[in-house]
Amino acid sequence: MTQYADGITAEIVAEHGINDEEYAIILDRLGRAPNMVELGIFSVMWSEHCSYKSSRAHLGKFPTSGEKVIQGPGENAGVIDIGDGQAAIFKMESHNHPSYIEPYQGAATGVGGILRDVFTMGARPVALLNALRFGAPDHEKTQHLVGGVVAGIGGYGNCVGVPTVGGETNFHEGYNGNILVNAMAVGLADADKIFYARGAEPGQPIVYVGSKTGRDGIHGATMASAEFDDESEEKRPTVQVGDPFVEKKLIEACLELMATDAIAAIQDMGAAGLTSSSVEMADKGGIGIKLIMDDVPQREENMSTYEMMLSESQERMLVIMKPGREDVAKAIFEKWELDVAVIGETTDTGRMVLEHKGEIVCDIPVAPLADDAPKYERPYFAPEVRAQINAKDVAQPSHMGEVLLKLMSSPNMASKAWIWRQYDRHVMADTAASSEDPSDAAIVRVHGTNKALAITADCTPRYCYADPFEGGKQAVAEAWRNLTATGADPIAITDCLNFGNPEREEIMGQFVGCVEGMAQACAALNFPVVSGNVSLYNETNGVAIPPTPAVGGVGLIPDMDKRAGFGCMTEGHILMVVGKTTGAMGASTYLRVIEGREEGGAPLVHLDLEKTNGNFVRGQIRAGRISACHDLSDGGLACAAADMALASDTGIKLAHDADSDVPMHGFLFGEDQARYLLAAKKDDAIAIIQDAKAEDIDIQVVGLAGGTAVSVNGAHHLELDRLRAAWEGWLPELMEPAAEAAE
Amino acid sequence: MKSAVIVFPGSNCDRDAHDAIERVTGEKPAMVWHQESDLPEGTEFVMIPGGFSYGDYLRCGAMASRSAILPAVVAHAATGAPVLGVCNGFQILTESGLLPGALMRNAGLTFVCEKAPLKIDNGNTRFTSRYGSTSELIIPIAHHDGNYFADAETLDRIEGEGQVVFRYGNNPNGSQRDIAGVMNEQGNVLGMMPHPERAVDEKHGGTDGLALFESLLGSA
Amino acid sequence: MKAKIHVYLKPGVLDPQGAAVAGALHNMGYEEVTAARQGKLIELDLTGDDADAAKARVDEMCQKLLSNPVIESYSIEIA
Repeated sequence: MTQYADGITAEIVAEHGINDEEYAIILDRLGRAPNMVELGIFSVMWSEHCSYKSSRAHLGKFPTSGEKVIQGPGENAGVIDIGDGQAAIFKMESHNHPSYIEPYQGAATGVGGILRDVFTMGARPVALLNALRFGAPDHEKTQHLVGGVVAGIGGYGNCVGVPTVGGETNFHEGYNGNILVNAMAVGLADADKIFYARGAEPGQPIVYVGSKTGRDGIHGATMASAEFDDESEEKRPTVQVGDPFVEKKLIEACLELMATDAIAAIQDMGAAGLTSSSVEMADKGGIGIKLIMDDVPQREENMSTYEMMLSESQERMLVIMKPGREDVAKAIFEKWELDVAVIGETTDTGRMVLEHKGEIVCDIPVAPLADDAPKYERPYFAPEVRAQINAKDVAQPSHMGEVLLKLMSSPNMASKAWIWRQYDRHVMADTAASSEDPSDAAIVRVHGTNKALAITADCTPRYCYADPFEGGKQAVAEAWRNLTATGADPIAITDCLNFGNPEREEIMGQFVGCVEGMAQACAALNFPVVSGNVSLYNETNGVAIPPTPAVGGVGLIPDMDKRAGFGCMTEGHILMVVGKTTGAMGASTYLRVIEGREEGGAPLVHLDLEKTNGNFVRGQIRAGRISACHDLSDGGLACAAADMALASDTGIKLAHDADSDVPMHGFLFGEDQARYLLAAKKDDAIAIIQDAKAEDIDIQVVGLAGGTAVSVNGAHHLELDRLRAAWEGWLPELMEPAAEAAE
Repeated sequence: MKSAVIVFPGSNCDRDAHDAIERVTGEKPAMVWHQESDLPEGTEFVMIPGGFSYGDYLRCGAMASRSAILPAVVAHAATGAPVLGVCNGFQILTESGLLPGALMRNAGLTFVCEKAPLKIDNGNTRFTSRYGSTSELIIPIAHHDGNYFADAETLDRIEGEGQVVFRYGNNPNGSQRDIAGVMNEQGNVLGMMPHPERAVDEKHGGTDGLALFESLLGSA
Repeated sequence: MKAKIHVYLKPGVLDPQGAAVAGALHNMGYEEVTAARQGKLIELDLTGDDADAAKARVDEMCQKLLSNPVIESYSIEIA
């Protein structure tokens, strides 16, 4: 057997990201050398992005089932049961590399891709969120990247008409060379009308719908699976361009088609476009496929099979129809002025056969492309666990109000209004709480009902860096807590696991630690993983990003009249903290912002306490006793209190017990987990405390609402006006040069 | 009241408009596809909803204003019956010449979504009569091109004729003279950037938009 | 035949995008830039070979769709 087909060299194989060992497998499975088309197909299907070859061995550790799970990982998105015959469908996905190279289009097409994952399954998308990580605010590219990414997310989501309701934005120098753009979409469908990639049978027509195929983004999937170097920016043409108008039409046309019974299986064309969509459906149906490439709608002349199969042109879907029903699709897609073409049929050969200009240009078995793709048990070592730091070991500052001001106007804590103001948060008229509202999670009503989805995106990368296992637990626990703090029952999560190069043992150690921590928290909190995405090789010149396993949590509020936010505190309310405060300061916002050091172990997450404290708080919200509720996270009690005071436009007088063994700054800024800040009327507060005592829940009265400042023990005043100006002012100031130029 | 909502391929507030009209009038509006050339028999009120009609390429609302259904809307307006265009609908009405002026890129160059304070400049119209003594409202806005422009002479004229119906309390987009909504000389066609259909429900956006639809009930 | 149509904002109409371009160039050190106006270029491929007739048709297209007379002017080049 010759090792290389005509025109193919060892260099070409290497450029396709295929190593010697993998090439040997290809030779074995084909029984001959692959041609260029086949090599390209193996290259994208075996890329990290499509094959999960480094991560699959560990993703199996996640709990993925439960009584509310209709569909776990493995399909386009996860599906959960929200009662009354309805289902929520959701997923989060990364578009990191394209967004760094071309922030507007990279972020926009990220939104488009995640929307397609959701409506492919029959859901009408009802909410978008995003988790963004940028480099240091003063890094030369940060301002440009923030502006472009935000405009891209808005430009796409606003036009498509799906509200962007929440998310988070962090800045850290660890992302200077690799920003993270993780987008999440949530949709609603009838539980008995879900569409899958599986289900195709031999002899069914394959129908291509949406935009024409151009030469966009060829090899995007392999780009998303390679480290950056200084020349990456020269690769700009590989970034695809999105057209939200076509996406909007595609959503409506697909939902119209799905209302018929003409579909056997459906899959969107995401990374590696036509290749991955057809392979996925063939693999999941256990069948073969034959495509006639001449029939693929093409935007440019003289496109080769290689180009068509690897193109990442946006806004395209592949549908396998029930035989004889092609006309149903044609009529609907022509009405919406979208391309529609029968480009092939399913077979019983188990092979992927492509014909172009009368010749067979590709003939490979499907199995090695998908489930039988290489899988690596990468070696790893767990990072050394750092010692905990308690406030007792940290110098006490003199004026707590000034410290609070500094924390609240620091990059990660400051108001993100400059960002969310650019997103249409209200379209579809079901948004009950979005980024602008004092709510720990976004709340989107289920159209036409009085129940709502609570949705959040969370991760604390500095904890994950300090201790991947505890950090992984914390990301899941914080999502669970944010949903709970609104009164929702948390149901399930999606995730987006962003890490550096898995071929380095310490990075792989971070990955394994985070996954195992997340898995433990998911199991303890009955909060399974139903979908997700892995983004590796987020490194530039050998410097990896901080480990960032972003978690997107979804819960259900059964009755919208029984929920909580943190904007309804009024003078005279009693403030209480549920959960134990020890003054944990390791890897805290306080240490980073005030002392300029990122040291110490991540706070320990006691999952049993998370569960009992959270269930207690949810019960009290539903009993109607809580006026305002906020989970305690970055910056501890003082920052949560500041949020509550700003949102309610009422001051807070905090009281620290001088005899306590937790020093004042530990009380105020410590980041112990499993805690909530509650505000309630006096009678309600008494009842809450009684219930807590009876259930053996830690609860502590920490202050009283009133006045125009946040203060501690009658001193350390910080006036709300001054706090608000600093909190609101930071981000516009960073982005100001753009505003000045507009004048 | 029989209503119709015009639906373009890129409309995205059509469902919101439908629900708001149904909530106030108790009747479901007809959803009229842009390729139709007639409104349903007996239509009294026509609403052109927000969105991106044909992707808003070329200029916002430009291609929609030349679509098959528009002559029917123009003819409907000529009978004196009420027509409301919101956001992209406002852009379509100016592009079609039913309303004076044009809507340009926001002065800040970014999309702006916020709950905007508005002042009712003319409470004596068939769109605002039910507001009574209320003169300040909070209505959500969400647009990239809501910067109202007309030459000084036109502005003076429409102000003089009472055609300026709403002004921004806190001009978010650079609109000339803070104009948020204008009507035609006859007073039966209103265009506005803020979304009253997103303010008809306490659990979403407040209820300051309700009276606008209620005003129409008595007038159509 | 090809028609090239330049669509530009009328003098006196504020052009925030043009102002942003001028500001950015200024910030980059191109201090000689005193103003920028942003417009569009639309290219049409046409059948026929009568340039005058084509120009009249394109003029009609400009009035009916390609420009908004409230804020924009245009010029046509037939080649």
